[in-house]
Amino acid sequence: MEWDSVAKRLFDRGHDIVATGDLLSGTGHCGDTTFAVVGSTNHAEIGVELTLAMARRVIETMREHPNRPILFLIDTQGQRLRHRDELLGIHHYMAHLAQCVELARSRGHRVLALVYDQALSGGFLASGMMADLCAALPGAEIRVMNLAAMARVTRLPEERLTALAKTSPVFAPGAVNYVQMGAVDALWDGDLAARLAAALRDASSTDTRRELGRARGGRELAATIAERAAAE
Amino acid sequence: MQSYYEATARERIVGILDEGSWREILPPTTRTLSPHLAALDLPAAFDDGVVIGSGALDNLPVLLASQEGGFMGGAVGEIQGAKIVGLFERAKAQRVAGIVLLLESGGVRLQEANAGLIAVSEVIRAICAARVRGTPVVAAIGGKFGCFGGMGIAAGCCTRIVMSEEGRLGLSGPEVIETARGVEEFDSLDRALVWRTVGGKHRFLLGDCAMLVDDRQAAFREALARALRAGENLSLESVQHEQQILEERLARFGSHTDGEDIWRDLGFDKPANVPLLATDALVALSQQTRAA
Repeated sequence: MEWDSVAKRLFDRGHDIVATGDLLSGTGHCGDTTFAVVGSTNHAEIGVELTLAMARRVIETMREHPNRPILFLIDTQGQRLRHRDELLGIHHYMAHLAQCVELARSRGHRVLALVYDQALSGGFLASGMMADLCAALPGAEIRVMNLAAMARVTRLPEERLTALAKTSPVFAPGAVNYVQMGAVDALWDGDLAARLAAALRDASSTDTRRELGRARGGRELAATIAERAAAE
Repeated sequence: MQSYYEATARERIVGILDEGSWREILPPTTRTLSPHLAALDLPAAFDDGVVIGSGALDNLPVLLASQEGGFMGGAVGEIQGAKIVGLFERAKAQRVAGIVLLLESGGVRLQEANAGLIAVSEVIRAICAARVRGTPVVAAIGGKFGCFGGMGIAAGCCTRIVMSEEGRLGLSGPEVIETARGVEEFDSLDRALVWRTVGGKHRFLLGDCAMLVDDRQAAFREALARALRAGENLSLESVQHEQQILEERLARFGSHTDGEDIWRDLGFDKPANVPLLATDALVALSQQTRAA
């Protein structure tokens, strides 16, 4: 899915988002609300530069536009797998971005995310998965790894994983599975501007994903175990 | 057990906390087993590879989680993640000086794929939220399996990290990069290269961990107690400062290809000797040279 056609549907009153390399940045207008938009395109590999650019954008928004909601537009093939990024401490860069998002939330910024193309593991943890509410387009691909790679790494038969994936959302890729498990709030179809406006209204600033996962039957133990650990 | 590296998750708790102060939450007798491992006929653990509870560290009341590298490399599944997240929930109601994380993890437990990824994300968010509330979160990294994947990000979100030279910290492990990009990109069997890239000394010199200690339980204990007393809250000023540090790091070291190049740039005339230096000698020398 092209980011600019998605942006057009999200922002009924226009936007000035530009792509600089793999970075998306700008503002969008949905109804009366202006969003700070930050994200990535071209199935970006998330390396130290891109992470830092996104963090800078979140900080600027906190400094110059208090309370302005932030929307992450997600399209990533995961973290950049390079020796050089590890040498520089890419985990630290990503932690910095995650902390910027948390700080923004605590200062009254609503943080939303939309996976409009693909989202893979490490590339997604410090951005979309830090949001108050994360949504996905119906065709979006969200995964840790595909079943063939999972079979190879875990030395489990692929047929076995494929069979399990039919009855459990835990193993197989797919935005629908993440909805069932509570990590994705909903799949957005139709009027995206209406969905965005509703999300801004409904998003919670506390992490409700495990309760959602339990209510939807896709991840029944996380909420219960966390409650027991908190209370017993 | 003197060595932190050799100790199990439970032995570390004994070495770190004040004698007799530990009280485990959801101990193995509660049998909090992963249903996803059972579905794959894989062996499970009664604590799902993490020990959580409350205790005292140098008379400071703390909540603590200790990951067991011996169980699936400390990888995080649904139950393990939920136990850690629940501990952070507990910290909201209970008056504590901080939360101590003894981390040893390869990150997401691949056998629990989506559930593992979401669990790691919930841990990261719980740490960040505690930081915003002003609760110090201090981490120790010094075990065989290091701290990688999403748990590397989680470590980076902590107020302070204490590492030993033997500890390793990063995002993608050397084997993962070698598998994806080939041995020319990162030779995971070249131990010296691995330690020059993700090892405790490099992380300390770069400013990714606040304290470097010898591989002794007592040294970790003493450093964690100091870390608990030194924490600062997240603020717009603190993240702006961090942004500047990380931008400078990228500008200064971004074209270097080896840890030794960075150490030379930091003022070590003989960077090849850095791996040979004793911890206290390195810490002393780094007073003038350390990046951040």
